[in-house]
Amino acid sequence: MSVSVASGPRRGWKSLSTWIGALIVGIAAICAVFAPLLVPHDPFAQDLGKRLLVPFWMAGSDPSHLLGTDQLGRDYLSRLIWGCRISMLIGVTVSIVSGLIGITLGVLGGFMGGRVDDAVLFAITTRLSIPVVLVALAVVGLLGSSMILLVLTLGLLLWDRFAVVARSTTMQVRHLDFVAAAWCAGCSRFRILAGEVLPNIASHLVVVATLEIALAILLEAALSFLGLGVPPPLPSWGLMIAEAKDYMFFSPWVIVIPGVALFVLVLGINLLGDGLRDLFRARTDP
Amino acid sequence: MRKAYGLDRPLITQFFDWVGRAVTGDLGDSYFFKTRVSSLIAERMPVTLTLGLTGLVIALVVSLPLGILAAVRENTTFDRLVQMIALLGQAMPSFWLGLLLMILLGLQLGWLPISGTGSWQHYVMPGIVLAFSAIPALTRLTRAGMIQAIGSDYIRTARAKGLSRASILLKHALRNAAIPVVAIAAVQLGFMLGGSIVIEQVFALHGVGFLAWESIGKNDFPVVQAVVLVLAVIYVVLTMLADLMNAVLDPRLRGP
Repeated sequence: MSVSVASGPRRGWKSLSTWIGALIVGIAAICAVFAPLLVPHDPFAQDLGKRLLVPFWMAGSDPSHLLGTDQLGRDYLSRLIWGCRISMLIGVTVSIVSGLIGITLGVLGGFMGGRVDDAVLFAITTRLSIPVVLVALAVVGLLGSSMILLVLTLGLLLWDRFAVVARSTTMQVRHLDFVAAAWCAGCSRFRILAGEVLPNIASHLVVVATLEIALAILLEAALSFLGLGVPPPLPSWGLMIAEAKDYMFFSPWVIVIPGVALFVLVLGINLLGDGLRDLFRARTDP
Repeated sequence: MRKAYGLDRPLITQFFDWVGRAVTGDLGDSYFFKTRVSSLIAERMPVTLTLGLTGLVIALVVSLPLGILAAVRENTTFDRLVQMIALLGQAMPSFWLGLLLMILLGLQLGWLPISGTGSWQHYVMPGIVLAFSAIPALTRLTRAGMIQAIGSDYIRTARAKGLSRASILLKHALRNAAIPVVAIAAVQLGFMLGGSIVIEQVFALHGVGFLAWESIGKNDFPVVQAVVLVLAVIYVVLTMLADLMNAVLDPRLRGP
């Protein structure tokens, strides 16, 4: 399969799509970091006199509310920017938690082999049989919804891909000459893992991390949509869609706007991840 | 009350008690519905299974031809278009797609009922939405498998024998490309059943996922535990079935 990718057009569409992805992720990152400075209005301020104002492309819009207002008169653009902050925050923190668990398990299994590897494989297959959405819902439903709980729950459920990739790449690296050289030089196990193995599998892990961020953002939106994710009045995109659902048949834009934002952000992250994978692959096997 | 349900005992004891009884098929009683959990799940399961199978069939019908055609025309505009569709599908939030379809097909065009379970038409929209979550992976895998198969020696032999192009592709290449696809399709069905909770809620389909969602809201934990257990068991069974089917399709995988 790598042959077909390598022979495909790397310049042109492939690099264009990577740049588009990078651009989307960059804009989202700026929105996330500088959200308090960027919002034109307070995203939590309600104004019942200005409920469900239409966005700028429709007749009768209010120029001070570019994307209109929601059912409580809160500025939609401000909530959208604030929601980007929440999505990015959750995506990044979940993938840090799941990365720590998955990479530790995967590297240990791949490096030690034998019984340790059997245990790691068993943990991965067990994890795969657990229905993620359902268990996350149940945990949040039982313990109450908060950001920290949500991040920990998703982090504890989404480490499988990290573990699979870390394990298989470690296995490829561990028999290479420089690892043997490090053994001969008398390096400790920990030193070899941290100094020789990890840097050499890092590029694969970065690709997994981007895909995990995208997955975590989608899952957070789904959980918030079901009312068991980010607690209101925080403007998570999933929660915005859930709150606007009752009005969608009369003013469809209330669900279109946050949905498009979610779709574009996840698409951007995936484009960037795919681009990075091709880039790293081109560098490792010329 | 606490005594009746055994809630006064330590959590560990309660857990092992539950496991011990679950093994014999006794999943306990629901706090809210006051009936056996097993009968509740049995009552709701047909809806979820119908939804899952509808989704899988739609996903296969869409992704197999797309994957095959993309592989045959590798590196053409069509191939890139298919890969782009897979990428777009991956980024689509399922609940949002569901709502959009409700507005478009249900309200504006009036082709399909918006929610509930009455006739087969009620399963079309949720089925499409569910299929969307599986189409990207299935399409990519079919494409990759076909490309690998087309480049192999036995295809060259078949071509040298003078077989027709359709016969080569469908008989020789597809059969080999299908092996990983079957495995992933079974696994995807497991994921779909687990993930259908969101879609059942959007379309008010009263399946197992909806039951779990209701029960979480009511703190009816015997039901939630049981649904998680049942879905996990179904996933394990499906994965095993996939391995068995692979052995049937590919004699090389059969042991000595």
